[in-house]
Amino acid sequence: MTTTIESPPDTAKAPQRSASSLVDAVFRAREISIAGALVLLILGTYLANPLFLSDQGVKDLLLNASILVLLAVGQSAVVITRNIDLSVGSVVGLSAFACGKFVAGTDHGVLTVMLLGIAIGVVCGLVSGALVSFGRVPALVVTLGMLYIIQGIDYWWAQGEQISASDVPDAVLGLGSGSLLGVPYLPLISLVLLAATAYFLRSYRSGRELYAIGSSPEAARLAGIPIRRRVLAAYAFSGAVAGFAGALWLARFGTVVADNAHGWELTVVSAVVVGGVAITGGTGTVWGAALGALLLTTIGSVLVVLKVDSFWQGAITGALLLLAISVDRIVNLRMTAALRKRSARHDHGA
Amino acid sequence: MNQSAPDPAPVLALKGVSKSFGAVRALQDVSLQLFPGEAHALAGENGAGKSTLIKALAGVHRPDSGEVLLDGEPVVFHGPADARDAGIAVIYQEPTLFPDLSIAENIFMGRQPRRALGRIDRKAVHATTAGLMRRLGVDLSPDRPARGLSIADQQIVEIAKALSFDARVLIMDEPTAALTGSETARLFSVVQTLRAEGAAVLFISHRLDEIFELCQRVTTLRDGRWISSEPLEELTEDDLVRRMVGRDLDDLYPKQEAEVGEVALSVHRLTREGVFRDVSFDVRRGEIVALAGLVGAGRTEVAQAVFGVDRADAGEVKVGGTVLRPGSPTAAMAAGLALVPEDRRQRGLVMDLSIERNIGLTGLDEVRKRGLVSRALEHDRAADWAVRLQLKYNRLADSVGVLSGGNQQKVVLAKWLATGPAVLIVDEPTRGIDVGTKAEVHRLLSSLAADGLAVLMISSDLPEVIGMADRVLVMHEGRLVAEIPRASATEESVMAAATGRNERAAA
Repeated sequence: MTTTIESPPDTAKAPQRSASSLVDAVFRAREISIAGALVLLILGTYLANPLFLSDQGVKDLLLNASILVLLAVGQSAVVITRNIDLSVGSVVGLSAFACGKFVAGTDHGVLTVMLLGIAIGVVCGLVSGALVSFGRVPALVVTLGMLYIIQGIDYWWAQGEQISASDVPDAVLGLGSGSLLGVPYLPLISLVLLAATAYFLRSYRSGRELYAIGSSPEAARLAGIPIRRRVLAAYAFSGAVAGFAGALWLARFGTVVADNAHGWELTVVSAVVVGGVAITGGTGTVWGAALGALLLTTIGSVLVVLKVDSFWQGAITGALLLLAISVDRIVNLRMTAALRKRSARHDHGA
Repeated sequence: MNQSAPDPAPVLALKGVSKSFGAVRALQDVSLQLFPGEAHALAGENGAGKSTLIKALAGVHRPDSGEVLLDGEPVVFHGPADARDAGIAVIYQEPTLFPDLSIAENIFMGRQPRRALGRIDRKAVHATTAGLMRRLGVDLSPDRPARGLSIADQQIVEIAKALSFDARVLIMDEPTAALTGSETARLFSVVQTLRAEGAAVLFISHRLDEIFELCQRVTTLRDGRWISSEPLEELTEDDLVRRMVGRDLDDLYPKQEAEVGEVALSVHRLTREGVFRDVSFDVRRGEIVALAGLVGAGRTEVAQAVFGVDRADAGEVKVGGTVLRPGSPTAAMAAGLALVPEDRRQRGLVMDLSIERNIGLTGLDEVRKRGLVSRALEHDRAADWAVRLQLKYNRLADSVGVLSGGNQQKVVLAKWLATGPAVLIVDEPTRGIDVGTKAEVHRLLSSLAADGLAVLMISSDLPEVIGMADRVLVMHEGRLVAEIPRASATEESVMAAATGRNERAAA
């Protein structure tokens, strides 16, 4: 008792700093190590083939990553709440095809097309979200079902039809190919959305509540958090982002068929998990998820440049995923033990 | 301080409240008044409706009929947030925190102070939390995640939460069940401070001494009905128990004299690095030996090592004269050891399985017919044990999750007794169990010992240790520091050893 009164600043500060810095360090370490891996990968490939970092090479790299980064940001919001959205790949496909069908042969503006894409995505997200939050059906099953339903609708609608770039208005294609001060629009758009989402998740009550729900649904309920509304919102957001990504897909490639972005949902989830968003919810940042997406895309591009068979990409993604999950598990156990020791020590002091 | 008659205006009250879940009538016409500045105990056996009553006050359940009155005005809580906004804070037996989030976020989740544009004012959150921790006299960093906090510290976080919104009513559901003596004292002093500041406290505990120590009035429930509300001054513990169970308890600790036989379990210099060291003791047939000590002294760990769940680094365990293969629960079971673990929900039972299947789990070999588990044999075996242990259940095919805590404990006991053990290790056999069932468990242990079973009982409940044990072994920080025979075992002598105030006393 007496010691705490006599020397409050020092004794109080020391354990504080160490406990919080430990946690900070762990999270930063994840992002730094991914960034480090990225740098090494890019540097190594550059040494093997200098063309990899030519103006066009960098541009391609960024363009390829943009859509995956967007989807990873949307997916993170859902995964943080201890849920998952497997329907995003098919939503991108549906949105891209619908937008293409809508603009083919017309001169609709960019904004209209983007809004249409977002609207399609929101509707899909709301259906999944409502089933998960109000219907209390496990997210894995709901979104897997949605994946097949949306894909089915897409195939039925497209009937093998293809929309080609010549049908798409130049204004729309311009968004996909244009750039600002040499940086293509697409990565800029992704960056803005990424930064805004990161800020929201960090600095707004409803953002923090998503983490709370994922960390302990029971505690969230007792804290009076409107869980169902928040989860629904997370799905709507993920859907909106996927729909938006679909519209951007059209702008980027011009040519769309029914099964665009087929199978992307698993790549997105992998990116998110590799990036440090725990599949069990409650931790991780969208910055990490975006880095994860960037890493996976870069690996894909590197394999092309190094002329490695593309089937290796899947194996490498899988290995990274297992590595990430193992690291999460180990760090989690170690950190719990360290924190426990720390509280034991301070109990002794008190 | 002399507590005068309570202020005439109750801050929170229930009037004629009823609540049913399906066919189960959890509360029937229950009334309760909480006055500012009083600590009010809520007493009753498990299943008497205490939890439902708390949840009605906390906005988790809506009463089917009757009213909740706040400052004399009827209110309807649509959810926990409404109750919180009305100044009602609830601390549950096992605090529910967000393990991944910081202590500060845990305290302010959903109501963080905000600055312009609705952004969270992180600095204010941090500073206020630091202030609350100082006020509570604990050294916890606001930025530390809740993961890994001890139960006592988790409760401190909950109390800080209550302080942060100037709770007028603090409801505590068995807060001391997992606390050590000093932690309980710290909790009680915080509660006294809050009470002095005019907060009303509703306190639930199975430990009667705590009720008498902390509270001024008590309301008793039985079978979902209101029995009485009265000042504690005029009551004795026996009176209170009688109101709770509706009959006289012949004896809470029915210790039978048993003939002590040969050594059944012998533990020699058992050591697990960093957890416990050099632990040696014997348990004889017919004996109940209590293993006492503070939470974290290493008692459960010793039991796990004896049973082979954890590997010991050194030492040996003998059952009936043969040395056990270390680290093998199968070998321990074959030699006649049985371990009833502390956490029955996590380790003792498979909550989703039926009563009969749970009881059958330890003896799948015996309920086998032509290589397959026979449901009929399993059922018969379970029915037999259910009768012997006076299990209260609806059907044996019901999942154990629907049973009350006391009956779940009986199922765990049945599951292990069915193996016909020579040595039974029970870890906190009556934690969170109501008085009536507790006496039954005690009677059961006592008669098992009388039949020649050797019982090693880990318990933090001192009256239970004193009342039931033939000998008391006391652990302190991983060492066995005292062995006290029944004749000289008192709460004082056991506590003194458990807190390390004397070295190895009489052998």
